[in-house]
Amino acid sequence: MALAEGEKPAVMGGRDAAGPVVDPEEARRLRTARVEKVGRWLLPALIMAAAILGWDQLCVRYEIPHYILPRPGLVAQTLIADWNILGFALLNTLKITFMGLGLAVIGGVGLAVLFAQSKWVEMSFFPFAVVLQVTPIVAIFPLINIYVDNQTAKLLLCAWIVAFFPILSNTTLGLNSVDSSLRDLFKLNGASHWQTLIHLRLPAAMPYFLGGLKIAGGLSLIGAVVAEFVAGASGQSSGLASRIIEAGYRLNAPRLFAALILISATGILIFLVLSLVSHLILRRWHESALSRER
Amino acid sequence: MAAGKPGGAGAGVGDPLLAMRRIGKTFGNGVQALADTNLSLSAGDFLSLVGPSGCGKSTVLRIVSGLLQPTTGRLDWGGEPLGKGDIGFVFQEATLLPWASVFDNVWLPLRLRGMGRVAAAPAIEEALARVGLGGFENAVPRELSGGMKMRVSIARALVTKPRLLLMDEPFAALDEITRFQLNDDLLHLWESYRWTVIFVTHSVFESVFLSNRIVVMAASPGRVFEEIAVEAAYPRDDRFRTSPEYSAICRRASDSLERAMAVPREAA
Repeated sequence: MALAEGEKPAVMGGRDAAGPVVDPEEARRLRTARVEKVGRWLLPALIMAAAILGWDQLCVRYEIPHYILPRPGLVAQTLIADWNILGFALLNTLKITFMGLGLAVIGGVGLAVLFAQSKWVEMSFFPFAVVLQVTPIVAIFPLINIYVDNQTAKLLLCAWIVAFFPILSNTTLGLNSVDSSLRDLFKLNGASHWQTLIHLRLPAAMPYFLGGLKIAGGLSLIGAVVAEFVAGASGQSSGLASRIIEAGYRLNAPRLFAALILISATGILIFLVLSLVSHLILRRWHESALSRER
Repeated sequence: MAAGKPGGAGAGVGDPLLAMRRIGKTFGNGVQALADTNLSLSAGDFLSLVGPSGCGKSTVLRIVSGLLQPTTGRLDWGGEPLGKGDIGFVFQEATLLPWASVFDNVWLPLRLRGMGRVAAAPAIEEALARVGLGGFENAVPRELSGGMKMRVSIARALVTKPRLLLMDEPFAALDEITRFQLNDDLLHLWESYRWTVIFVTHSVFESVFLSNRIVVMAASPGRVFEEIAVEAAYPRDDRFRTSPEYSAICRRASDSLERAMAVPREAA
């Protein structure tokens, strides 16, 4: 069987030497693309810089005392000066966040696979997952406080409850979104339930799972911080939330801001890392990771 | 692989392979997809099913493959009933695993039978070479054109060396040039292997070019309307496409299809 004329693989297409001949319309399009590429980074950066500058000017012009609103420079100084305290707190918060996220992945995917075994299991148990999800964690916490002794376990449980649901619901959706012809193909080849799960349903659920993971990453940070707020951790295991409460009591606004910035930066970093992981896993095959070049 | 007889003991070209006896299928929602359908198949046949939408062409394939159980009637196999490994299925879409390489996609049927990557490699390489895709083992489906995806799909169906190949409008979504090319190539493969093929299509021209038997079906409920034999000798090539004989058979088949579409609904 020979390849027909014009049946070149798509990867090779569209890469013909562009040549020096570019009509005005194409030139305009190229220019727009270049400007957009730079602007995508430059514009947000400029706005952010302007906002910080405005904040600084506000403090100076209205002579706002630093225990109400510290100047950005002071916040930066505090961040460095208090790094011993803040860095340690950050580490604790990160530990809870990632352990919570890990447990959420295990729990979410595990439950989704369990639900995928049968429609009945899913229908019977999904409501419980929804109940856990819709009840505010702050409201559940007093109960956790009564039932669980270990401080770390308390925080982990909170982070887990907040973070597992998007993974569970997305993965469940993905496991059930398999092309029916592919299902038939597996059936025709005598695939067992288990083989269909491993070779078809789990890979097909991957993009959905990764979407859930991106949401869960941010949520588990929120879970970890909120849990600490209500648990009021102290001493060895205290994280950024405790530092914020403490700084609030002492009217230490610079440190409060510094801790806040650390939490935001952590959240952003988690999101970026998970986005990158998702892109690397999906880039070869999934629509969401393809650049629209053509 | 030698271009041997299809199947094993005693199943030579022309021997009865399969007979559908008064098969009917009514779905749970009351739709009668197939009524009282008789169809016999000899080893080595290239049989095309042509008919309007809803005439039960795909239902026939699904019943033969075992994906569907008939409501009434029975399926008689000439010899041993064909098992899962003996039937290859090509769907309307290429239905490849988008995350898997071409190699892994073709490996799939063997893998599901417990064959390892290394053990399966020679069969996979051969199947890919047969469809003209040697060297594309590591590409993923989205890097391939529609015609190439369909070739992978055919290679996947061939890799288990099936005796019966069921094809459900495999080339319907392709452009005409690619479709002609794939028709030629499919016919080549069929001539060298002589599997039995049931080929579902909307295109009268395609069915005349490919098959030695055309079964025209009518809809509501789906049933066999008429059978047309295509006597033209193989191998067939572009000259056949332009021959008066081809045109004559196309006209006959088109007429038949028109009449099949004009018949009033039978009382179900």
